[in-house]
Amino acid sequence: MRNNSAQFFDSAYQNRTAKILRFLHIDPLLLFGLLMLMAAGLVILYSAGDGSTALIERQMIRLAIAFTVMFVIAQIPQQQLYLWAPWFFAVGITLLILVLLAGDVGKGAQRWLNLYVVKFQPSEMMKLVTPMMLAWYLSEKPLPPRLPSLLISLVLVAVPTLLIALQPDLGTALLVVTAGFFVVYFGGIQWRVLLGTGLAVLASVPVLWQFMHDYQKQRVLTLLNPESDPLGAGYHIIQSKIAIGSGGLYGKGWFNGTQSQLDFIPERTTDFIFSVFSEEFGTMGAVVLLSIYAFIIIRCLYIAANAQDSFGRLLAGSLSLTFFVYLFVNVGMVSGILPVVGVPLPLVSYGGTSMVTLMAGFGMLMSISTHRRLVTK
Amino acid sequence: MKPLGKAQKLGRKVAVHKKYTDRADKKPLMPWRCLSVFVVFVALILVLIGRALDMQVLDSGFYQRQGEARQLRTVAIAAHRGDIVDRNGEALAISVPVKSIWINPGEMQADLDRLTPLAKLLSLNPNRLRARVKRNAKREFMYIKRQVSPELAERVKALNIPGVAMQNEYHRYYPGGEVTAHVLGFVNIDDKGQEGIERAYDKTLKGIAGKKKVLRDRFGQAFEDVERISPVQPGQSIMLSIDKRLQYLTYRTLKAAVIKHNAIAGSAVVLDVKTGEILAMANQPSFNVNDRKQITPQATRNRAVTDVFEPGSTMKPISMAAALESGRWKPFYKVNTSPGYMKVNGNLIRDERNYGILDLGGVIEKSSNVGISKIVLSLDAETQWSMYEKVGFGVSTASGFPGEANGRLSFAAMNNDFTRATMAYGYGLSVTPLQLAHAYNVIASDGIMRPVSFLHNPDAQSQAGHRVMSVKTAREIRKMMQRVLSDKGTGKRARVANYSVAGKTGTVHKYITGGYAKDRYISIFAGMIPADKPQLVMVVEIDEPRKGEYFGGLVAAPVFSKVMAGAVRLLDIAPDKVNKQQLISAKKRKPDIHIKQFMHAKQASAIAVGQV
Repeated sequence: MRNNSAQFFDSAYQNRTAKILRFLHIDPLLLFGLLMLMAAGLVILYSAGDGSTALIERQMIRLAIAFTVMFVIAQIPQQQLYLWAPWFFAVGITLLILVLLAGDVGKGAQRWLNLYVVKFQPSEMMKLVTPMMLAWYLSEKPLPPRLPSLLISLVLVAVPTLLIALQPDLGTALLVVTAGFFVVYFGGIQWRVLLGTGLAVLASVPVLWQFMHDYQKQRVLTLLNPESDPLGAGYHIIQSKIAIGSGGLYGKGWFNGTQSQLDFIPERTTDFIFSVFSEEFGTMGAVVLLSIYAFIIIRCLYIAANAQDSFGRLLAGSLSLTFFVYLFVNVGMVSGILPVVGVPLPLVSYGGTSMVTLMAGFGMLMSISTHRRLVTK
Repeated sequence: MKPLGKAQKLGRKVAVHKKYTDRADKKPLMPWRCLSVFVVFVALILVLIGRALDMQVLDSGFYQRQGEARQLRTVAIAAHRGDIVDRNGEALAISVPVKSIWINPGEMQADLDRLTPLAKLLSLNPNRLRARVKRNAKREFMYIKRQVSPELAERVKALNIPGVAMQNEYHRYYPGGEVTAHVLGFVNIDDKGQEGIERAYDKTLKGIAGKKKVLRDRFGQAFEDVERISPVQPGQSIMLSIDKRLQYLTYRTLKAAVIKHNAIAGSAVVLDVKTGEILAMANQPSFNVNDRKQITPQATRNRAVTDVFEPGSTMKPISMAAALESGRWKPFYKVNTSPGYMKVNGNLIRDERNYGILDLGGVIEKSSNVGISKIVLSLDAETQWSMYEKVGFGVSTASGFPGEANGRLSFAAMNNDFTRATMAYGYGLSVTPLQLAHAYNVIASDGIMRPVSFLHNPDAQSQAGHRVMSVKTAREIRKMMQRVLSDKGTGKRARVANYSVAGKTGTVHKYITGGYAKDRYISIFAGMIPADKPQLVMVVEIDEPRKGEYFGGLVAAPVFSKVMAGAVRLLDIAPDKVNKQQLISAKKRKPDIHIKQFMHAKQASAIAVGQV
């Protein structure tokens, strides 16, 4: 099976375009998926942003920057990434400490490092660097990892996570943990260890509750009963659910979503853009959009499965699943099955920082996908 | 090893690369782990799609209704209240669009603190507002503040507080403030007329509020009309007979007089003789109708229509008219008023002093109580009474003004000679200032009784009426009343330069519990201008002047003089009594004027010079 598909791609690489793409280290299917997604994103952003062309222009500039980042990273062979991983990690941890000491405060949390030219968010970088570091570490060890290496992995994840949680930015911290977990999972952690850890986490929930900020507690409580505060914390969820539900099977039509266009959905260009999409394009639209995501993720998992070596495999696997977690958390949040945690819909929501991080990840995936040939030749 | 060659190009760390590539493909991804990830992934994607189907297909109706409940509202469209304008189209009352801010207190309970910035912006006490919202927790509608300006409403909107909504309303504004307050009255916060013209013509002014279904955004702002249920019908404008300029002059003059004489109150009415229209009506004390705090029952009463007083000597011309109409009296007949008092049924009737023998004009000029008593007692009671009734005493003028008083005119007084005599000089009956002006209007219009009106009819040159007095009688009474302003009369101070004036002063002892007060008076002047062909009638009544002077001729007459002097200019009424000396000086100037005109026209200047 693996050979068959490899042959398929070998044949695909025969034509001219494929040769150029290979030379540019672009994975054509992944690129296709990403372009589809961004096109859908711009279409719905146009409606969600009240037809503002300025908004679309700014988003397109961000997309262009993100694409450039992806393209540049795709040129870096995975071997190089492997070599840089520990250095990146060290730099990342240093920056996180700097942020805590001298960062800019924004929206009640210290997340930004003012570099005078741009404001830089080191926690975003850690979403990529942490799985890189873990993949670097675990790929050197015999797999499945033994307990000592697991403990060291735990420390490698815990340090950036805690530093980010201190900012406080629980959402990003959780995503970093998730990315780390996927590496360990693909690394072949034993089921019993996994099960034991799972139980331990469940047991620690009440303890964690004590350390949570009030607004974080509120979000969880609101999820359990949104009607408790219909104008405050529950407002977003209720309005979003009404938007999605009233969209019906076929939707109300582009620019015709009453909940969206009448401003009932807050943050409708960013976190809640999926509600707008579902209201205006209905279940059919939602299924199409989710299919594009599924296509991208399946392609990424395929890249992971066919990666040349453990490092690439673990990193690619982790990045693909992290991307999926983004999607699931956002869609779950707006449709009321998960708490509101402020995770944007990847590559569709308006906004720049996470988009660059995501596209950098896709750059690594493309690198893993295309530089593979260098080794197997 | 072949792959190493490529790796070497990358740089320095050849050893590490060796180690790296050696391990390649040694540990394949475990297939079951790959599978488990894939299964979980597919399962979760299906969860999302399932959730979408659940909400969008199975529960779609529920969510649609929920959405409509939030977005669709049936709202009333406030009807624009008609303007009130004066006879020249000048605005007296206008409605300006404002916003009222409201919330749904039930939805607001969870987080009352978010109202704090709103309370600050609207200068409300945040604690009190919170308490109010809590009290109304069971209700779905509560005003936070009504009638805020559009600018402030914009700032409220900018606060972006969920659940705070606004609705369009109109705020009534009265440019004239206290000057027109009594006539216009005012509306309550719901735009319903409460007093005055606003109340009397509420139906005409208010219009009919419309109803429509609208899409509302989350701030409660109407966003888009979905369906119009019933159209809005704006109220109609009303044109009052009031002349704003004359109203200002009347009010200002009256107010100055009330302050000067430290009086309790005062009223003044100006009527247009030909049409019976009320050109000005002012009262003291007044209030600024635009400031609701000033609205008190004391201040808001339109005394000129609602309050009555005994007319006193201003009654004498009416009594005299009855005598002339009876045919038993001619103006040149003489009455002996010596010795300045008389007894009727054992009661004393007295004059200020002994005026001796007076002709009928003299009785009016001197305001002799003895004289008028002798005259009316020579008539039969029915003749005396019917004149009072015919000029409108004892019934309201039917002006339509809310709360208009009828006054009191009791026929029982006709059974006793003493009360007949006192009624002849204005005691034992009561009238409103408007009624008195109405009665004087009969004399002014050569005996025609016309209805009074607050509304202006631009088409009518004069109002139809019915005759209640002969032309001859009316003219003779006016001649007698002109003598009141002569050097020997009581109303010198009512004179208006270059115009003949007919009028009558009145000074009445106030009737208080237990009888007439010795030192509390009402000063009255009622008159018309020009005397030969009157165009305006004015009544001035000043209640209890408390600074020494109290005679109608001293307190009320100057108000008449000042207002009428302005009125004749405002209304362009030609002078009919030009002072002889002025005429002489005007003649002297005449040649100069001619020269100037010639010079100005630049016509044959040489000839012009030759003529001079």
